[in-house]
Amino acid sequence: MTTRTSSAFGRPASIAGAVALAALMFAMPLIAPRAVVQDLFSILTLLVLAMNWNLLAGFAGLVSVGQQAFVGIGAYAMFAAIILWGLDPLVGALIGGLVAVLFAIPMAFFAFRLQGAYFAIGTWVVADMVRLAAGQWKALGGGTGTSLPKGTTRDMIGVPLVKSVLGVSSAAAADTVVYWLALGLAILTLAASFYFLRSRMGLGLQALRDNANAARSVGVDPRRIKAIVFLLTAFGTGLCGALIFIQITRVTPDAAFSVIDWTAFVIFIVVIGGIGTLPGPIVGVAIFYLLQRLLADYGTVYLILLGLIGIGIMLFARGGIWGAISDRTGIELLPLRHRPPSHQPVVVEQEAARPAG
Amino acid sequence: MPILSLHNVSKSFGALTVAERVSFDLRAGEALGVIGPNGAGKSSLFNLIAGNLRPDSGRIVLDGRDVTAAPPMQRCLAGIGRSFQIPQPFGHLSVYENLLVAARFGGALSADAAPRHCMDILRRTGLAAQAERIAGSLSLLQRKRLELARAMATEPRVILLDEIAGGLTEGECGELVATIRQIHAEGTAIIWIEHVLHALTSVVERLMVLNFGRVLVIGAPDEVMASPEVGEIYLGVAA
Ligand SMILES: Nc1ncnc2c1ncn2[C@@H]1O[C@H](COP(=O)(O)OP(=O)(O)O)[C@@H](O)[C@H]1O
Ligand SMILES: [Mg+2]
Repeated sequence: MTTRTSSAFGRPASIAGAVALAALMFAMPLIAPRAVVQDLFSILTLLVLAMNWNLLAGFAGLVSVGQQAFVGIGAYAMFAAIILWGLDPLVGALIGGLVAVLFAIPMAFFAFRLQGAYFAIGTWVVADMVRLAAGQWKALGGGTGTSLPKGTTRDMIGVPLVKSVLGVSSAAAADTVVYWLALGLAILTLAASFYFLRSRMGLGLQALRDNANAARSVGVDPRRIKAIVFLLTAFGTGLCGALIFIQITRVTPDAAFSVIDWTAFVIFIVVIGGIGTLPGPIVGVAIFYLLQRLLADYGTVYLILLGLIGIGIMLFARGGIWGAISDRTGIELLPLRHRPPSHQPVVVEQEAARPAG
Repeated sequence: MPILSLHNVSKSFGALTVAERVSFDLRAGEALGVIGPNGAGKSSLFNLIAGNLRPDSGRIVLDGRDVTAAPPMQRCLAGIGRSFQIPQPFGHLSVYENLLVAARFGGALSADAAPRHCMDILRRTGLAAQAERIAGSLSLLQRKRLELARAMATEPRVILLDEIAGGLTEGECGELVATIRQIHAEGTAIIWIEHVLHALTSVVERLMVLNFGRVLVIGAPDEVMASPEVGEIYLGVAA
């Protein structure tokens, strides 16, 4: 496990493959039935949540069980923007992301005092308090929630255009637009994670993960970097939460702040895919989707099975499925390594510089 | 004005005193050697200077600034670079990346300047051929070199070296001494804890002897080595 230059396919081939996959994903609304597009939408939004949680827990070591707080806040802020202020859902979604960040600031002050399991429980408690508070918001239906006004998604930015260009119903056009937004958000989240982790901050984050004591002693400020990751992932999670509820068109406190839907499944996806690796959540979401298709009819048994698989992976393959694939084949997608400058002459110079001993 | 001063620094773990009213000055660019039996409190002294331990009482002043309450991160930025006696590499990062973290954060070097700086240090410390190795896969001796290299990469004004010469062959030890002399010649102040006395005394200008957390003597190496206190301790250790 010393040096691996690139994937087994080489760099141009992987880029070409990624572009082809993105193009195929983009074309899905044109070639696949609506039900498939809706399914893919759920997968993409779960992937976005998973990538955010992976950054938080897998890279920054902040194992939050309260990310549903940001999904719910994003959704509620968006509903408020639409219903109370008459804004477009897409503007509302952006507001959802920003409100999530605003909420994350005081939450960080509280949660960052807690370590490990206490941090996990603390974030969960905070999320549940926000759920209860959302149930008190009478203008948005209190505990029973509320629906988007009729015609909201029909008039949403981009929908009339897609409707006329593709010649489909308003509902199908709305599905197409939110699907494309989810696809765009997933690609953007992946790219942003990659560039963040390759940046100075990302390097410091990986050093902290390996050895916090040594990282502090070479000038890395753990609180600052972790706070930045916490706020960034709150934004991504809030934005994604808003997008999810544009498609659902109805919000209730229990649905928007569901720890099962927005955190437990997400943790499962990241753990089976490979926590602390960038391709992990992508592999994980694909497996999660297949399991859901195969086992959805079995209800509770399905959930138990998911739990067992998750525990099995944690015990026997800590790097997840992607970690196992990467170890066996040597394939590295989205490598985070910083290569030394011009590593060819280095060995020669080093030999020359070494005094005969 | 000294670059680093300790004023009556004390630290205990329960009944165990690892520093008892330790006071000394380090002049800018000076090299100070530290010796003393195992458990004397040498590594604890480094933890106190670098901020990994908080003193119970006393003051630590770096370049005129009181850093007694400053966390390790700030002390590094203020110019203290340290190595750990038990190496603490970033195990999943490459050797080069270990230095890059130090250069980009502690050294505050730009993305353009840091890579050359790191490669330069890797060459000087004989680690260039290992640049792309995962640090967790290094041997103990290589890890010790990495401790030195990573501390150098923070561009310190005071570098703290904790037992980095143990286990080296004579040739390797000579190379290490040459490297440390070079660091010294560039104006970096050095505090070096070392049991390999001939290596230590060939570099340092002053020698300090610690025992039970107390400074027994501090002065020119030959005088210190000739002092009765040192004779007693080292006979005790050798037995
Ligand atoms: N964090 C700690 N908690 C309790 N005891 C410690 C701690 N760090 C060091 N010690 C103890 O303090 C004493 C001095 O240790 P140390 O400074 O490492 O000595 P030296 O480097 O001179 O061999 C030892 O007995 C060691 O076990
Ligand atoms: Mg020691």
